[in-house]
Amino acid sequence: MRGEPRGWMVFTSIVALFLTVLPLPGWLDMFRPAFVVLVVLYFSITWPRAGGIGLGFFCGVALDALEGPIIGEHALVLSALAFIGVWEHQRIRSKPAFQQSLIVFFALALYEFLLFVVDAWTGHPNTDVRRWLHILPGAMIWPIAIALLERGHSPR
Amino acid sequence: MAFGVATGSLPGRGPTPGLRFIGYAVLAITLMFLDRREGWMEQVRFGLQTAMYPLQMAVSSPGTAWSWVRESTRTRDTLRMENTELRTRLRDLELRTMRYEALSQENATLRGLRTALPPVAEKWLVAEVVRDVDNLRPRVMINRGTANGVFKGQAVMDDGGILGQTTHVGPWSAEVILITDPEHQIPVEIERTGLRTIAEGRDDGALGLPYLPANADIKVGDLLRTSGMGGVFPQGYPVAKVAALNRAAVQPLQQVTAEPLANLNRSREVMLVWFREAHPAAPVRDTGGDLTKGDPNATAQPTPPKPKPAAPAAGSATPAGNATPTAPRAGGTPAQGAGPRGTVPTPAPARSGSAAPSTTAGSQSTPTGAAAAPGAARSGTTAPAAPRPATPATPAQPPAENRQ
Repeated sequence: MRGEPRGWMVFTSIVALFLTVLPLPGWLDMFRPAFVVLVVLYFSITWPRAGGIGLGFFCGVALDALEGPIIGEHALVLSALAFIGVWEHQRIRSKPAFQQSLIVFFALALYEFLLFVVDAWTGHPNTDVRRWLHILPGAMIWPIAIALLERGHSPR
Repeated sequence: MAFGVATGSLPGRGPTPGLRFIGYAVLAITLMFLDRREGWMEQVRFGLQTAMYPLQMAVSSPGTAWSWVRESTRTRDTLRMENTELRTRLRDLELRTMRYEALSQENATLRGLRTALPPVAEKWLVAEVVRDVDNLRPRVMINRGTANGVFKGQAVMDDGGILGQTTHVGPWSAEVILITDPEHQIPVEIERTGLRTIAEGRDDGALGLPYLPANADIKVGDLLRTSGMGGVFPQGYPVAKVAALNRAAVQPLQQVTAEPLANLNRSREVMLVWFREAHPAAPVRDTGGDLTKGDPNATAQPTPPKPKPAAPAAGSATPAGNATPTAPRAGGTPAQGAGPRGTVPTPAPARSGSAAPSTTAGSQSTPTGAAAAPGAARSGTTAPAAPRPATPATPAQPPAENRQ
């Protein structure tokens, strides 16, 4: 029960990063869920003591290196989301999958909003509406993501 | 289980989540702050790109495999069709370049040079677009980096025209910002009139010319080419074609839309180009490719070897500096030419071409500041490309310069 699945955390994060940068045709690209956010959220909710905030930070730095206009942007936003996940993990974990999806929807919206704010703040404003498109698919795959992510560690 | 558990201190686990978050947030903000200060984080970026390289390789391998499969299963017919197409194109290009040698020799004679200059592009390297950096920004990742000699602020083209420039260079990959990125500006000139201005990227994937006065002479279909300012792109490469004009009677500026000539969305193969530094059409290098603000450390450009007052300048053919074509005529004012190698102590802000839409001819080669006299002598005569008819829109060219 106490054994935190460190290896699994790292592995799934790398897979999520991989999925994030996997080339997709243009229109599909807009609907690509933010896999890294889902993974970070999952681990901060399920294993609140396993260092989800740190995971968020380092995944964020990796994302920044891959696609950020400025280093530290995704790191800041993802660690903030992980913090919220850790803070509220009891409440979120007790909800059924559908309600969790709803929560994840708002978490993803918050993620995109924070990115939007940091973008504007650091002088790379991007008001493209399409940046919000990935939120809904992200929330929709949350139950699937949970089911897959649960397989890698002992039930808690 | 009370709700307060997570917020309380976790036994044996170090700081609380709140403290941890604050620590990481401070770290992230510090990173952003350092990254904002140009150059401080380049090393870190370099390292991060290196660390991300395996991932990138893994990501691009399916695409590579797919294109390999497609290549190897091509039918004979498609190959033949492609072959015919290529042959037609080759013949076209050959016809077009047939007179090139003669023309360049003629040009050299007209400029008073003894031999034709070599082409400004010294060498080039084909790179492949690996992926889009971010689906919302027109930036792409290419598969060449410092290992291939790529540097930050290098011009990237395809067979249509200018595509963009490198922004962050890793060991085996580089990020290219395309000219349609709203954060990118490229100094251009209108081919028909020689009027210089700045073309900005826009959100809709076109280029805009936001700094043209309403009475500027520009038409739909005009070719925009690089003006050689700004330190990245050499003079004379095609950039875009004017697609639409919007002149509102009350507006002092007109809104011009231009379509880029490079295949920004379709190019999978791009070219990285190195330019001869000594060539007159070469970009002014010393701004370090910084397109947003002038380099505070920029020193004055090396001026061409000043002809001695005794020796008339007619035949000094060595292209030593960027301002070479004007050198022979600058010799006409020997008294002012006494100060050798215009080592102006003050940085020359006017030369970082993108900062201000400088339309006066010759600011490319003019060290501003203290050396006003020789500068004026040169700038009055500077016409790096063709002689340029003065357009009504060219603002306030000091008449004194023209008369020299």
